[in-house]
Amino acid sequence: MIDTSPSLALVVVAAALTAVGVYLLLERSLTRVLLGVIFLSNAVNVVLLVSGGRAGGAPIVDYTDEDSMSDPLPQALILTAIVITLGMTAFLLAMAYRSWQLNQHDEVQDDLEDRRVAQRAARDEAAYLSDDDGTTTLEQEAAEVHDETGDDGPPSSGPGTPPSSAPGSHAVPTPEGGDAR
Amino acid sequence: MLLLLAVHLAMALAAPVLVSRLGRRAFFVLALAPASAAVWALSQTRAVLDGDGPTEVVAWVPALSIELAFRLDTLGWLMTLLVGGVGALVLVYCAAYFSASAGGLGRFGGVLVAFAGAMLGLVTTDDLLLLYVFWELTTVFSYLLIGHYSDRKASRRAAMQAIILTTFGGLAMLVGLVLLGEAGGSYRVSDVLADPPTGAVASVAVVLLLLGALSKSALVPLHFWLPAAMAAPTPVSAYLHAAAMVKAGVYLVARFAPAFADLPVWKAVVAVAGTWTLVHGGYRALRQYDLKLVLAFGTVSQLGLLVLLVGLPGRATALAGLAMLGAHAMFKASLFLVVGIVDAATGTRDLRRLTGVGRALPLTATAGALATLSMIGMFPFAGFVAKEAALEALLAEATTPSGLLVVVGMVVGSALTVAYGLRFWWGAFADKRLPATDDDGAPVEPPHVSRPSLVLVAPAAVLAVLGLVTGLLPGLGETLLAPHAAGYAGEEGHLVLWAGFKPAFWLTVLVLAAGAAMFAARAWVERAQSRVSVPLDADRAYRRLMRRLDDAAADVTALTQRGSLPFYLGVILLAMVALQTVALTRTGLPGPDEVRLYDRPAQLVVGGLAVAGAVLAANARRRLKAVVLAGVSGYGVAALFMLHGAPDLALTQVLVETVTLVVFVLVLRRLPAYFSVRPLAASRWLRMAIGVASGLVVGALALVVPTARVHPPVSEDFPEEAYVFGGGRNIVNVTLVDIRAWDTTGEIAVLLVAATGVASLIFLSTRSGSIFRSSSARGSGYVWDSVPQPAVIRRLTVDARAQHAAGTLSPGRNREWLGAGSTLAPQRRSVVFEIITRLLFHSMVVVGLYLLFAGHNSPGGGFAGGLVVGIALIVRYLAGGRYELGDAAPVHPGLLLGLGLFLSAGVGLVAVLAGGSLLQSVIIEFAVPVLGPIKLVTSVFFDIGVFLLVLGVVLDVLRSLGAEIDRHSEEAAPDSADPEVRGTERVSAGAREGQDPGAGAGTRGRGTSMSEPIDGSLSGRGTGEGGGR
Repeated sequence: MIDTSPSLALVVVAAALTAVGVYLLLERSLTRVLLGVIFLSNAVNVVLLVSGGRAGGAPIVDYTDEDSMSDPLPQALILTAIVITLGMTAFLLAMAYRSWQLNQHDEVQDDLEDRRVAQRAARDEAAYLSDDDGTTTLEQEAAEVHDETGDDGPPSSGPGTPPSSAPGSHAVPTPEGGDAR
Repeated sequence: MLLLLAVHLAMALAAPVLVSRLGRRAFFVLALAPASAAVWALSQTRAVLDGDGPTEVVAWVPALSIELAFRLDTLGWLMTLLVGGVGALVLVYCAAYFSASAGGLGRFGGVLVAFAGAMLGLVTTDDLLLLYVFWELTTVFSYLLIGHYSDRKASRRAAMQAIILTTFGGLAMLVGLVLLGEAGGSYRVSDVLADPPTGAVASVAVVLLLLGALSKSALVPLHFWLPAAMAAPTPVSAYLHAAAMVKAGVYLVARFAPAFADLPVWKAVVAVAGTWTLVHGGYRALRQYDLKLVLAFGTVSQLGLLVLLVGLPGRATALAGLAMLGAHAMFKASLFLVVGIVDAATGTRDLRRLTGVGRALPLTATAGALATLSMIGMFPFAGFVAKEAALEALLAEATTPSGLLVVVGMVVGSALTVAYGLRFWWGAFADKRLPATDDDGAPVEPPHVSRPSLVLVAPAAVLAVLGLVTGLLPGLGETLLAPHAAGYAGEEGHLVLWAGFKPAFWLTVLVLAAGAAMFAARAWVERAQSRVSVPLDADRAYRRLMRRLDDAAADVTALTQRGSLPFYLGVILLAMVALQTVALTRTGLPGPDEVRLYDRPAQLVVGGLAVAGAVLAANARRRLKAVVLAGVSGYGVAALFMLHGAPDLALTQVLVETVTLVVFVLVLRRLPAYFSVRPLAASRWLRMAIGVASGLVVGALALVVPTARVHPPVSEDFPEEAYVFGGGRNIVNVTLVDIRAWDTTGEIAVLLVAATGVASLIFLSTRSGSIFRSSSARGSGYVWDSVPQPAVIRRLTVDARAQHAAGTLSPGRNREWLGAGSTLAPQRRSVVFEIITRLLFHSMVVVGLYLLFAGHNSPGGGFAGGLVVGIALIVRYLAGGRYELGDAAPVHPGLLLGLGLFLSAGVGLVAVLAGGSLLQSVIIEFAVPVLGPIKLVTSVFFDIGVFLLVLGVVLDVLRSLGAEIDRHSEEAAPDSADPEVRGTERVSAGAREGQDPGAGAGTRGRGTSMSEPIDGSLSGRGTGEGGGR
């Protein structure tokens, strides 16, 4: 088993990069957030490197002796992480650009809808438009409900016609003549 | 029984098609489904009587011991008859009830048949969990049926209320069912009933079961959804809210009563809820004016009676209860159908507006009368037989005060039933004097009554007459129903027409007399009722509760969902710090035995560089400065990798940093040069504190975790595995393309998604548009033309254009390489850069390909190769503009991305086809004459896939963040399109930028007022971000 005791230099680099990364991550400018993500990613990569143990030769068979190789597994993990960070950088940059295009700045604003929810909650208003306004009684509602019934409804235009129901409507013969308009 | 269910399902699915073909006649066809169930039940009568009704068991989910188990016994037989028979009649009724042009009939018919099927399954299943499934299916279908008129507020509200209440009960019931199943050791209903569990578990389980039954059968205090559900079309009310769904609760009680009726808690719940509901429903029914509401509250009352009868222990009451169950289904469904006829014929259901309907519709009035007589328990109808038997049985049990109270409740409730029953018929059909004006002051006129079709009257009449016929044959009823009652303990009961002058008879006379008196004094009763105000209305309490629930939810949302990204991230990070601190200090991990200061002294230097770059970047106010410093830090980390013995990492990191830097600059040219000033000192200190805390925790983890390892690392065997199985010497690369190829596949898929996301954020309409090639650049303006053009260059431009046009008119061997350079604004071209590009581009491509193919044995691989070729493309883009990029890579990035992923994953599939495992490598060795022996490992194709994909990502990013943003900025400044005008107007914008570096990007394109040609105004170049443009 290779020597796994950590090297302080790498640990300090990881800690410092994490601190800077977190500081930037908590900013509002997307560019700075993105820099924070990059630093954090580098920091995590270094931590992974530390977890592989001491430094050694390049993990290439016949080039380095097997006993003095550095651990190849964390390296494979880090390699994919580096490239993923590139993808993430590009994506966040595109977002920053889009934000600039729309708002003329790249800052992450507070979600206005969330704020509205909070304000409504503070005023104890209904959070959404409810079907139940609590003003009608059962009897009133029942009096308005009628089915679409009967043979004497509007002239049957055959099956499959689109629904013609207006709220509360039922088949009432339209008054003949006169002021139909 | 599965076959019957399948018939219902098929019919439900076919309903929309049938209705669109046949119109409302389709309901006759749909009626066949429930009718078949009723016929089947009739055909099984003999077997059921003998106690060996059909059973059917099909395994469904063995792991949960859920079986499709069905069994038909007496109770199930009765319910199947009701569900199927009434269902068929109601569907026939629908064919004439709805107008031919009514909307949504196909959906309505389908859901109604599906409901009949669910109900059939519910009453015949022998599996506890299946029972729950059918139970909830009826809930869902009833929701759809109540909300049939989804454009009406009342319908939506009623449907919502019904589903919330019944689902609440259903969930409680599920817990009860599981408790029963687990305690009894079997989920078969017949097993549980044969050997019921006892003790506290049984008590809890039955209370939960009863909660389900109370909610479904609309018992107090969960009764109020049923009257509101009258917003449904009347056939639905007749079927669901009289015969079928609300009976599901009664069915549940009747099903489990033989096993649990002796539990004190069961008796208490049934007696209290039943009696209360019986009286309350009758009382409320008496003061309704809407005929449907009269019936709805009447149903609530009768459901209370039914639960009381089938739920209380006692064989005689159970028999009476079953008889009442059948009688109620017949008369109540019939009455609802009658109300539908009256409503359709007159256009109103308000009994204050109806008069003379009985004379106009004699058949309907007769059917209504027969059903009403059965309801109020008049001799010799089914209702009378059932009520007599019930009174007799209850009187026999009335030895305790509580028993006596139940009898009193039954008498009062029945008297109320008589009163509201008479009032109902009188209100619907009698001739009466109408009030001159209604509540709103509008004049009231006698309704115009149209003649209903016979199809409409027949179902109601059939049910009403059946109520009379079954009443005349009480002995047959007793024979058929007794087997279920036999499951209860106690004295045997009887169903008879005439039992002699016993106490029960006198009670019936009393009930009828009291009811008739209340009806006669109806004006006085109405006044008395309107004077009593109800302090606690269940409906209002429910609404208030729901409102409170919404408020609470809104408060919680307001508290947790702050909408601030830094707040969320801060909380997450603080949680990480706190949890990891606990983990580090409390779990007793051994600290590191020894700490090396460094592996190699140079680490200190490059590590310091990385940290210093990061700190300075965090401090920078200029974007470009911050980005460049971040790049320095990244290169430092690359050097750390190199020193650690990871050349692949160092190579990739350097390449990625380079691409990142270029991409950053491409975007930053459009963003303001400086970060905005945020003078919130307090929050800055807080951010810093969180940062430092996170850093310390990560550092501590990095110190402690590596030494906590107790097993040898898996990578110990990697060198051998890589060489023998993977066929390569570079272990890291073999790990990527072979040992952990699955990981890599997922990772490049993520890259693909990210690149697609970038493209979709920048290409707003379509990304697959044409590629900018230099041949398509004719006539458009210059690229990168935002900086003003000195007059000297402008003169040269005309010549260059002419030259360029001549050159491309005769494309051929002498075509200029890097020809798109002429599409650049002349002041943007750099001779040195173009020459270097010509020198470097091909070498870089070769190096990239070398890295790709050599990567298996020495540092390199698909990632590095792809990045190098990508950088070569970047160089060409920077030298020649977006048209040059199109010339250099005239393919859509999507193609490269897709091809890359396909190749990588496809190679893995080939290995499967060849009989290996997914993504396994195959080594093929062969000799080529000149080159000597060649070892071909199939994973090289995987690496080629990675290469193509990475190349695609870079190209996509370049096309989006480079070329497309170029186009955006040219569109934002359209006056630059014409070289002749440009010289005058663009200057003004440039001058503005020069004066105002902080807001340079924002003002571009607005300053068009100044029109004097200011020649040689080069101040625009001096601005910070100008260099990249």
